[in-house]
Amino acid sequence: MKERAVSRAGAWSALQLLGSPVLWVAALFFALLIGMPVLRPLFQWAFPGVTPPVFERTTFLALWLSHAGIVAAASAAAAVIGIGLAVFATRPAGRDFRPLINALAMVGQTFPPAAVLALAVPALGFGPRPTLVALFFYGLLPIIENALAGIETVPAATRDAAEGMGLSAWQILRDVELPLAMPAILAGVRLSVTIAIGTATIGSTVGALTLGTPIFDGLAANKLPFVIQGAVLVALFAILTDMIFARLERRLRVVPANASPA
Amino acid sequence: MIELERVTKAYGGRRVVDELSLTVPEGAFCVLLGPSGCGKSTTLRMINRLVPFDSGVIRVGGEDVRRLPPEALRRRIGYAIQSVGLFPHWRVEDNIATVPRLLGWSRQRVRNRVAELLQLFRLDPDTYRGKYPHQLSGGEQQRVGVARALAADPDLLLMDEPFAAVDPIARAALQGEMLRIQRQTQKTVVFVTHDIDEALRLASVIAVLDQGRLVQCGTPVEIIERPASGFVAEFVGGETSGLKLLGLLTVAERMRPGEAAEGEPLPSESSLRDALAAMVARRADRLPVVDPSGRPLGAIMLADLVR
Repeated sequence: MKERAVSRAGAWSALQLLGSPVLWVAALFFALLIGMPVLRPLFQWAFPGVTPPVFERTTFLALWLSHAGIVAAASAAAAVIGIGLAVFATRPAGRDFRPLINALAMVGQTFPPAAVLALAVPALGFGPRPTLVALFFYGLLPIIENALAGIETVPAATRDAAEGMGLSAWQILRDVELPLAMPAILAGVRLSVTIAIGTATIGSTVGALTLGTPIFDGLAANKLPFVIQGAVLVALFAILTDMIFARLERRLRVVPANASPA
Repeated sequence: MIELERVTKAYGGRRVVDELSLTVPEGAFCVLLGPSGCGKSTTLRMINRLVPFDSGVIRVGGEDVRRLPPEALRRRIGYAIQSVGLFPHWRVEDNIATVPRLLGWSRQRVRNRVAELLQLFRLDPDTYRGKYPHQLSGGEQQRVGVARALAADPDLLLMDEPFAAVDPIARAALQGEMLRIQRQTQKTVVFVTHDIDEALRLASVIAVLDQGRLVQCGTPVEIIERPASGFVAEFVGGETSGLKLLGLLTVAERMRPGEAAEGEPLPSESSLRDALAAMVARRADRLPVVDPSGRPLGAIMLADLVR
């Protein structure tokens, strides 16, 4: 069996760094983010007659910062509330609420984010706020589902031993259940964030600054290069984030996935 | 050390433990024995309040168990279960150190205790303290589980079929370790099993349970020689109980001092069952007996086995 139980402090040699795909994708992403105007001649050649060939109402960097900020805020809120609800649903007190919590998460995912946006605007105005709300509800399901699954796969024997040794309910949650559920929870957060990155683009329809702004501008004004520039950046951002999460998951993994329970 | 007075536990209308009264003296190795569903595990888990009981009193060390907060009670009692329940994300060292750390022991004291326990279970501390549970064999995991139960040096140890999930060879080794350790540390042990041979080997007193009731309480020899009911007689092996009895008695108890016999000698502390096996194998009806240092003591005859 391959030993994957390593200490948290893994040393990275310079050679490893150079061969790391994360680094290359990051380099590509940031190069495009900052240096898109450099590709002006390319877009000019591919799409003659479109002026300007590169989206220039705002810098892509500013768009990305705003986009990332909205995603981070919404995902953080979804993580805190989602994990909290999952913990609650797995306690004796909260067991009866489990179907309700499941339903809430389900509705959050199936209710079109665009509709949530439309409903939130009258209450919250235009800009990033209704976008945050839409992303929050949309991102709850993966987090809740994964957290629930993670907590429930903690072996009953482990919990029984912990209780029998004299750990309090809080200590069991903090020292046994959550650490063991962390890989699943992290997987849920990863999924939620990655989806949110793509979904956040719709915030541009209600005036938020995101990487979707060039996309919608381009669609409205029939300027295809804008759409491409925005879409490529969103895709790279999503891919990069996903890769970073994958790295994080691997580093935090103490128990190999195929280990038999003790 | 432990007193159960008319303890009852019912699920729905069904009594899982029925007016059970039992006293476990200090230093005893008490085995709760019975078929599946007889209430032995439930009884064990009521002692450390993992299962609440409906009526009756349970006292540990003279104190009513309901008087303490459950966590405080459990930190003073060792608990080892069949599936071990080691924390997979912690190393052996941290698993064993769980209760001592909860009790606020100093780092050095914890470290020393972990080494001491690993040595007690014949696991080299330097090799094992940094390992994770998934890197251990089933027998090693169970050893660590029992070590963890003993970590804070409790006076009482509760064990719920701890060796049932281990292969027979490892199980025999673990039973031997358990006997050795209990004799050395003089702790009170309450041990649940459905395996009569395990009970006979380990126990100083056996409590036989059936359908939540205590049917008989006595030493292993008493249980076999004077079963209180047909149920007990059946459970201890029915017709084959005689052979089990041979396993409980030693050559020293039945031998004839001073007499002589030919052949390879038997140690005096070996069981009558070993003596019978040797006689059958060598086709002899008398064998010489020696003491632990090899000095001749006498002889034992086939007839002595059935006296």
